[in-house]
Amino acid sequence: MARSVTTRRKIINTALAWSIGLLIFFPILWTILTSFKTEATAIANPPQFFFFDWTLENYAVVQERSNYARFLWNSIIIAGGSTILGIIIAIPAAWSMAFVPSKRTKDILLWMLSTKMLPAVGVLYPLYLIFIELGLLDTRIGLTIVLMLVNLPIIVWMLYTYFREIPGEILEAARMDGASLRSEILYVLTPMAVPGIASTLLLNFILAWNEAFWTLNLTAAKAAPLTAFIASYSSPEGLFYAKLSAASTMAIAPILILGWFSQKQLVRGLTFGAVK
Amino acid sequence: MRFGKTLCTASVLAIAAAGAATAGSHMTTITIATVNNGDMVRMQGLADEFNKEYPDIALEWVTLEENVLRQRVTQDITAGGGQFDVMTIGTYEVPIWGKQGWLVALDDMPEDWDADDFLPAISSGLTVDGTLYAAPFYGESSMVMYRTDLMEQAGLEMPDAPTWEFITKAAEAMTDKENEVYGICLRGKAGWGENMAFLTAMSNSFGARWFDENWTPQFDTEEWATTLNTYLDVMNNYGPPGASTNGFNENLSLFQQGKCGMWIDATVAASFVTNPDDSTVADKVGFALAPDAGNGKRSNWLWAWSLAIPSGTDAEDAAKTFVAWATGKGYTELVAQNEGWANVPPGTRKSLYENEEYLEAAPFAEMTLNSINEADPKNPTVDPVPYTGIQFVAIPEFSGFATQVGQEFSAALAGQQSAEEALEKAQALVSDEMEAAGY
Repeated sequence: MARSVTTRRKIINTALAWSIGLLIFFPILWTILTSFKTEATAIANPPQFFFFDWTLENYAVVQERSNYARFLWNSIIIAGGSTILGIIIAIPAAWSMAFVPSKRTKDILLWMLSTKMLPAVGVLYPLYLIFIELGLLDTRIGLTIVLMLVNLPIIVWMLYTYFREIPGEILEAARMDGASLRSEILYVLTPMAVPGIASTLLLNFILAWNEAFWTLNLTAAKAAPLTAFIASYSSPEGLFYAKLSAASTMAIAPILILGWFSQKQLVRGLTFGAVK
Repeated sequence: MRFGKTLCTASVLAIAAAGAATAGSHMTTITIATVNNGDMVRMQGLADEFNKEYPDIALEWVTLEENVLRQRVTQDITAGGGQFDVMTIGTYEVPIWGKQGWLVALDDMPEDWDADDFLPAISSGLTVDGTLYAAPFYGESSMVMYRTDLMEQAGLEMPDAPTWEFITKAAEAMTDKENEVYGICLRGKAGWGENMAFLTAMSNSFGARWFDENWTPQFDTEEWATTLNTYLDVMNNYGPPGASTNGFNENLSLFQQGKCGMWIDATVAASFVTNPDDSTVADKVGFALAPDAGNGKRSNWLWAWSLAIPSGTDAEDAAKTFVAWATGKGYTELVAQNEGWANVPPGTRKSLYENEEYLEAAPFAEMTLNSINEADPKNPTVDPVPYTGIQFVAIPEFSGFATQVGQEFSAALAGQQSAEEALEKAQALVSDEMEAAGY
């Protein structure tokens, strides 16, 4: 039975939700606003919110100085490639853990997650040396593989959680109808878990897009994605906050737009199985 | 069926695109790692001019924040990654890396490059056993930048070479906290290149040193106590609030908004604070040498961003051609033609300071040159020391423990501990680190 909520309570809840939402969004909003200011206005104290002379000069400077398209293309390839590769590996892995668990399944799941507990810098040097040996430094394929491996535990865990919500009997029925293992995963399980797979894809694409440790350390000029593009505008000797903000806005714009259009799918996937 | 096919096709396409290599050509491509500051950005902007002169050399730029760049190039050079053909490195790294054999000696550069024209103070910091290992791109020292109007209001006159006593007196007279004007702004943010660059240079003027001739840390001496107490007194009484988190950019912002009476920092700041587009006090700024305490050494530092070639590069000749172009006299003229004399990279060549057009365009030129000439990285302190470097000690371990010492001093500025406690901790931690390093 639904609980009755008074209008006053509704207003308070709405106001609270909006306040928290704005608080979380504020740094991004401030970055976007700063990108339209002059360098002098960007550091003005007290800060100016909306009533300043808006300028596109910073975007023009950034566009002139950097090859934005190349950074963007690298980001798309690396984030997209690592996510798709991860999904291809994670679907069978999550299937086996969800539907044919062994005594060690829980341990394996925990062990996979434990790899996320090691600070990335701890394996930087060994990985760097391996990359030198394999000629993978500053290549998109090298970075695609690393980001896939970094995000794989999360992909497997997410898919495992979604798959567990699907009744095993349906797969059994498919098997009794003569479906092979491949057909069972591809034509029965995957279509039923599309919301979960879609949200996993989206979340991991966002994680890979924003990844700034490996992308800065394993690239130089050729494979550098948008994180390196932002880093190139940071300066400890000189106030270039407006230009840095313009570069940041250009880097986050594609993912913000993607997130905006797919928010329904994302929320549906994230709450998948929340209500039984 | 369709879903599976789509997924497979997408992954094949993703891998193919990721692995796609650029078409080969006869051109030599050199990758240049650099920092994001005005002079370096200008150099990138003029890359087309280089390509006109040398059409068979292509330039790829990797621009990173200073600390990230330092970590990236160190990692690459120690692992032999060969990612960079030219690197922008500072005066701290050059003697250490040169000694390790990680850099290509610049002893066969073209005749007209004129290595003898470099300022001796700058080139001596880039030389190991008589061999130059990096070409200075721009050099800087530190000096006092002050508000001429506030100084006049206070009834004082800034000498060309002030003492710490005068600076303290002027800071007191210029402070007007009600109107958010603070007599002095100094670095407080922890870091070997942040507050410790300033405090190490300041300590030299008070006769302090990091180590004696036997590499014993010296934070338990009277000289260091005087240095730190003077710094804390002047900052606590006349400095801006929250100074323990202020670095170069924060102080630049305060000064440009008219909130600092004096600021002692890098000479490169002079062009920022006198730029009317960004600074509200552009026409009211004066310059003086960094202060002393009557011990024969001033508290100014010396730094140069230089171009060096890692010894593992497979494009050494092309890299040398680029370095010679970017640090040659012709480049100075190229910048002057395109951007004006005030924007040429300062502090590296004697000939620049003999150029009337430059001296006219840059009102801070003379003070910058005097500050650089005052600095002596081979003899930085009053008493003899076993190391080189003015605001740093040119040993590999320094950046690590100096940052820890910086955290202790920053905590003292934030009021979390006394100067005595900070110095005691500094002495203990540097002693431990030096013992562990085998000194």
